Amino acid sequence: MMAQPAPAARTGWSRKHLLGLEELSADEITTILDQAAEFNRLASKGEKKLGLMSGSVVANLFFEPSTRTRTSFSLAAKRLSADTIDFTAAGSSVSKGESFIDTARNIEAMGVSHVVVRHSSAGAPHLLSRHLKAGVLNAGDGTHEHPTQGLLDIFTIREHRGTLSGLTVALVGDILHSRVARSNIWGLKKLGARVIVCGPSTLIPPDITKLGVEVSYDFDEILGQVDIVNLLRIQFERQRSAFFPSIREYAHFYGMNGERLKLAKKDVLILAPGPINRGVELTPDVADGNNSVILDQVTNGLVIRMACLYLLEQHRRTGG
Amino acid sequence: MSTLLLRGGRVIDPSQDLDRTANVLLADGKIAAIDPPGSTTADQEIDASGRIVCPGWIDLHVAHREPGNDDDETTASATHAAVAGGFTSIACFPDTAPVVDNRASAEFIKLQAARAGHCNVFPLGAVTKNHAGQELAEIGQLVDGGAVAFTGAKNPVANCEIMRRALEYARMFDRPIFNHPQVPELVAGGVMHEGHWSMVLGLRGMPAAAEEIMVSRDIALAEMTGGRVHLMCLSTKNAVDLVRRHRQRTDQKGRVTCDVTAHHLALTDESLRSFDSNVKVDPPLRSQDHLDALIAGLKDGTIDAICSDHQPHSDEKKALELDQTPFGIVGLETLLPLCIRTLIEPGHLTWPQLIRCLTLSPANILGIEKGTLNAGADADVTIIDPDVRWTIDPARFRSRSRNTPFAGWEVRGRASHVIVGGKVRFTA
Repeated sequence: MMAQPAPAARTGWSRKHLLGLEELSADEITTILDQAAEFNRLASKGEKKLGLMSGSVVANLFFEPSTRTRTSFSLAAKRLSADTIDFTAAGSSVSKGESFIDTARNIEAMGVSHVVVRHSSAGAPHLLSRHLKAGVLNAGDGTHEHPTQGLLDIFTIREHRGTLSGLTVALVGDILHSRVARSNIWGLKKLGARVIVCGPSTLIPPDITKLGVEVSYDFDEILGQVDIVNLLRIQFERQRSAFFPSIREYAHFYGMNGERLKLAKKDVLILAPGPINRGVELTPDVADGNNSVILDQVTNGLVIRMACLYLLEQHRRTGG
Repeated sequence: MSTLLLRGGRVIDPSQDLDRTANVLLADGKIAAIDPPGSTTADQEIDASGRIVCPGWIDLHVAHREPGNDDDETTASATHAAVAGGFTSIACFPDTAPVVDNRASAEFIKLQAARAGHCNVFPLGAVTKNHAGQELAEIGQLVDGGAVAFTGAKNPVANCEIMRRALEYARMFDRPIFNHPQVPELVAGGVMHEGHWSMVLGLRGMPAAAEEIMVSRDIALAEMTGGRVHLMCLSTKNAVDLVRRHRQRTDQKGRVTCDVTAHHLALTDESLRSFDSNVKVDPPLRSQDHLDALIAGLKDGTIDAICSDHQPHSDEKKALELDQTPFGIVGLETLLPLCIRTLIEPGHLTWPQLIRCLTLSPANILGIEKGTLNAGADADVTIIDPDVRWTIDPARFRSRSRNTPFAGWEVRGRASHVIVGGKVRFTA
């Protein structure tokens, strides 16, 4: 039986769009995390399908390949009883020369209330938010932000550790080209975690310490002091020139394997936003080992996206 | 004999160190006299009291897009925008389709300008055939066709050997090479200034070093060849320093000149937070420390001229994702109020200093007999109303394109009358 909508409680949410974690306050982030926890609680009671967005239409516009995020958003909308439109750029009018904005406007004209957008250009969701009446959710824009990934990473850590405050989190790998890194940094710092970014010097932007993070080029040296390791994917498709000599050399210094794991705290949590290059960022024994929470991340992605959609929908329905 | 008397304005002419209230008499398309005898009458009079009367402004580089991209701009619309902004002469980029790399194309631009009848147009010729960077264009023939300087427009003359030969060859005609000083490899795929904000926004950076390296190279080649280099749109602190040190070090003053745009003085790279394509310009908007250095360079005269770097693009081209939209904004119709806001109001430059950057200096760089109110000179005059307040509204632009980040800005000052060859071509 479908659960009845929760009372339209005051959500403390006053945003039409979710474009990034940079602009969110710690309270707003906590609101999303708490809402996701509530959806988790309902799901564990068997209330998986909720009527909270019945009658609304969510369009998933993916102008860049994605499996996990696209299916996660699609299922999240369905769990909230929204109708969904899934659009991917391949085979669409975009390949016939229609502009990005025109495509989005045409889809919006089908009565869409929220647009979830993934795009290879940083700022594409911001551009849409200025041209559409619908609420816009950023599902990853270029190398800028990926707010729901940042939120689900933080949610997963909070689930295991209760709080973010006082924890040390290492973001390892290609920081320069990583939207996941940027969203993680904003969210983690706002919630009181200590953040170390670690990777080859060519993949760490020089100004990043201004965001309040520490920089290390030596993974082995920092491993003993971190509570969480988040292994970012090497963005082969975003690199325009050689940033490191070889994959083998990268894996030698920054790949997580069984040997290296011994240098870490016993209860260290291993996260990876995926899709992982097995054998590069981490070896299968670690990916599938006891410290890994990679599959939790995928599960949590669903409730985080439900929470984001729900909060934006509440804002819309209360005339925000 | 047709005469026009500009009565009672504050006449500022840096070419003769003039700054006082005076009457200016124009006759038959020439400057006849400053303060003619009190009994002088004219066919027509303009009351210039409370206004500034100065030589007509000259823009060193404007993209007018004709032929090839007349959905963005035409010679007629660019020159109309020019007079509306206060300019009586513009030099036009050769990056049209086809490229202005031969005499006939230069002559075509002059012909179109004459047909439009708004202001003077001086073609800039290509440095290399078809902008391909391989062989020198027919520079001598282009000079015969009216080209006053040579440039790769927004493509840097990247090859050192080509730049060397271009400088050596153009020297024969006493013509400068205008370079966009930027090492292409360091800015490939870049969208904005590389620094704090590019890191936060995840946008590919264009490091300041790309400009510094090219400026350094161009200074070395100018010194070696004795040619004239003009560095367009300086945007970085170290580049200004390099030009300043060059001037102090050698006796080759005038071999290296440079300009800055008004928008690089008005906005920093933080504006990219909007992801608005109208803040995507090349060179990119820089951080405040660079901006301060540009102002210092204007104050001590290291930077010679201020230009619009007018780059019109249709809405369709600018309404794309930021990394796919072309660089550049329109600037002819917003230059003066931006200069007042960034230079005059804070007290960085005096009016005579600002007017020098818009008149005498660009005339000298282009080697044209303009930019002066000396008796006998062409009667190109701009009258400024320095106090009028207005709101920038792109819908009212004479340019065909509307790509400006300054829409809605409340500003002060505009050209009230623009006189070209003795004829009033624009009245606000």
